[in-house]
Amino acid sequence: MTDTGERKLYGEVEEQGFNNEPTEAPVEDFATDFDHLDPVWAADPYPILDDLRERCPIAHTERYGGGWLPTRHEDVAAVAYDTDHFSSRMVVMGNHRPPFELAPQGVAPPISSDPPFHHDARRLLLPAFAPRAIERLEPFTREFCHELLSKLEGKSVIDAAVEYAQHVPVRVIAQMLGFPHEDADRFREFVKNVLEGVNAPIEERFGDIQALFGYLDEQVADHQANPRDDLTSFLLDAKMGDEPLNEDHVTGTMGLLLIAGIDTTWSAIGASIWHLAGHPEDRERLVADPGLLPTAMEELLRAFAPVTMARLVKDDMEWNGCPMKRDDWVLLSFPSANRDPEEFEQADQVVIDREVNRHAAFGLGIHRCIGSHLARMEVRVGLEVWLEHFPRFSLADPSAVTWSAGQVRGPRTIPVSIDS
Amino acid sequence: MKVHVDQELCQGHGRCYAVAPEVFDADEIGNGVERGDGTVAAEQESAARLAVANCPENAITIEEAS
Repeated sequence: MTDTGERKLYGEVEEQGFNNEPTEAPVEDFATDFDHLDPVWAADPYPILDDLRERCPIAHTERYGGGWLPTRHEDVAAVAYDTDHFSSRMVVMGNHRPPFELAPQGVAPPISSDPPFHHDARRLLLPAFAPRAIERLEPFTREFCHELLSKLEGKSVIDAAVEYAQHVPVRVIAQMLGFPHEDADRFREFVKNVLEGVNAPIEERFGDIQALFGYLDEQVADHQANPRDDLTSFLLDAKMGDEPLNEDHVTGTMGLLLIAGIDTTWSAIGASIWHLAGHPEDRERLVADPGLLPTAMEELLRAFAPVTMARLVKDDMEWNGCPMKRDDWVLLSFPSANRDPEEFEQADQVVIDREVNRHAAFGLGIHRCIGSHLARMEVRVGLEVWLEHFPRFSLADPSAVTWSAGQVRGPRTIPVSIDS
Repeated sequence: MKVHVDQELCQGHGRCYAVAPEVFDADEIGNGVERGDGTVAAEQESAARLAVANCPENAITIEEAS
């Protein structure tokens, strides 16, 4: 708990870090003016990333107060591993940078934490997200997927994102955190605001974030009054060294698990169904040989990696020929690393039985996605159950598919025809 | 042939024990560890090599039998 009992973060806008004005101008050239909110980028970033990798492998922008975009696997990995020069103080690139004093904890530990704080903050969460713990959630997840799809049997067109993919991770993470299932719509709104609202006027942005933290405070109060066997009560009881976690640490981690656990996995399930709907040969192979699914799933994660992270440059430096300034953003594009032909054969193709696949969809280095085992379980079960119910399906209207903008990319509407 | 997961490099992606569960196991935080002393049975060698080739952190070393 903080000394004053008041929240340190996201109180008065003017007291909190550094803010830039929103920019509305369309992108001129992604090499010198990239924008991860650009609609062309959101619809299909791969041709842009392929072009940059050839022409200008570390792109730059003046937007959001300045930032860089390495596109080669080698450079993405180098930034991910270099916690001396790149800070995780804020991992969502936008018009707001929190105060320097926030490091090494950051707004949402441990994703926003730097060493050495990061190690212990991460360590205490790892057992809850290790394969043995996640296995226990599989029957519940499978049952929920069946429940969703049983209700859709008999329909000729289904929105695989709206009616299916988006619900799976929301229900699972609500269960893990011990939040009411009926708040699902609010969770999705929090996610959209946090991840896609990066160019909103700063007062609006702070208002959205305050709404999220206000909700988390309510959940904390409820768990303090009624402790139970879930991650929220676990965090309230947890200690680092001999000290309980401070209030911002508890709610920051809850916020992280809620936000990061939802649209990432929803994107991965959705992008996989979208690919299979458009590629009958891959879909037929998977239906005929369900044992191929774990391999296929890794390839779909490589090809359509949902998550791009961000870092902040710690001090002025020249990095690979680029004059980086203190507090410049660096977008860590795992989707681009995963499509680098230097690292992968047929990098731009989905090879459904690709056996050697050292992809970076869950990041590299000390910030490897802590929910990767959970995400893989949800994607695998989500696809298995989908294919059981609907082995034959196709895109009802390819032009009606829409994709989220920003650092987590996945389909938000996927109308599919259920074929008999 | 023997395998060894370097715990300094392993970040717990879990690819090794997914690809070659007879050769690797998960510890309580999800990091990969070789089973036993890391000796790989002949029929598990190709699975072990595939696991090594799928480790995103390049954290696994192979010691070939001489």
